[in-house]
Amino acid sequence: MRYSERELLSLSRQPAEKAAEILMRAPKKGSVLKKRLVKLVVNFLFYFRTDEAEPIGALLLEHCKINKEEENVFSISFIEEPDRKYSFECDTEEQCQEWIEALRRASYEFMRRSLIFYRNEIQKMTGKDPLEQYGISEEARFQLGTRKL
Amino acid sequence: MKLNERSVAHYATCDSPADHAGFLHKRVERHHHHHHHHHTTSYHRRWFILKGNLLFYFEDRESRDPLGLVVLEGCTVELCEAAEEFAFAIRFDDAGAKAYVLVADCQTAMEGWVKVLSRASFDYMRLVVRELEKQLEDVRKSLAACHKSPRKSSSGRKRHFSNPAMAGYIPAGASCSDHDGGCSKPPPLPPRRRLAAGSGCGAPATGLSLTGQESPVSPETACFSKLHNWYGQEIAEIRRDRAVKCQEL
Repeated sequence: MRYSERELLSLSRQPAEKAAEILMRAPKKGSVLKKRLVKLVVNFLFYFRTDEAEPIGALLLEHCKINKEEENVFSISFIEEPDRKYSFECDTEEQCQEWIEALRRASYEFMRRSLIFYRNEIQKMTGKDPLEQYGISEEARFQLGTRKL
Repeated sequence: MKLNERSVAHYATCDSPADHAGFLHKRVERHHHHHHHHHTTSYHRRWFILKGNLLFYFEDRESRDPLGLVVLEGCTVELCEAAEEFAFAIRFDDAGAKAYVLVADCQTAMEGWVKVLSRASFDYMRLVVRELEKQLEDVRKSLAACHKSPRKSSSGRKRHFSNPAMAGYIPAGASCSDHDGGCSKPPPLPPRRRLAAGSGCGAPATGLSLTGQESPVSPETACFSKLHNWYGQEIAEIRRDRAVKCQEL
């Protein structure tokens, strides 16, 4: 599948939601923990060698599951391959929980569900569709009840 | 740069609904591997699917895997002066990132794509979500405040509701009704109850709180649904009172 490294590179340079040096292990059998600079930008998690300016890789955070593993550790796995896990070992349990929270909210799909929820609630309470003022109330992506949540 | 390609491809092709889809002609690089350096512009017809901030393209509609993907962040979508009609371009703020020139089949299709792609970024979505979150909080607060004010002169009000025909009474002055498709003019902005650090993109004109002068039956009360909720609350309370009284008898 073709993708532009340049697009990803520019994105990786944008202000991050969260960034930290974390020990990371790839899903491959026999992988070791390596210290990486991990940076969350929109729905992508970029990871860098700690002394480099360009990421080695990126993970698109859609249809993924963030799991708490053992102490200080969380993992990211994807729906179609739940046993294939990227592991991250944090310095503290607190840092671990913060990352789990942040990553669970990081997907575009999560935001879409939130928007649909708020829209529905506001509509129920006021009788008005809050998206009308933006001229986007008819867009397919914001429709109630037509999406598989 | 590595990417979790298998998962990305799965996201593209799984049954979560697409935000937009259709055929577009995608301009190919101008330099061909020909002996003669002909700078001809050619296009490939591709099936495009937009999901969130990602635009995928497939060889055709039935293809199992995407041919490629465009990350729609830090870009603008604009009509472009190409030889082709219905052409538009996705250009990146980063000048080093290659632009895409796409051609739709007709004016409507082009407009549809430009509109939806311009709003595909994560930041746009985040802005809208935060705005609605704030609106919901404001609505909840104003409805809570609205329920507090009737307590002050409850005896007078109860007389209204002893007659069930009064339920749903809409004063003549109310300017808003569900039935005519909503308020013709938005109600005036209420004063902000709490000091906010910044109003961000500006408070929307959906101020719903009752001021001290307003009562549910005064002409100033602008919104039918708020009245509706208020009456509903009162009636529920009266029902409860009656139920208690029945038990006591």
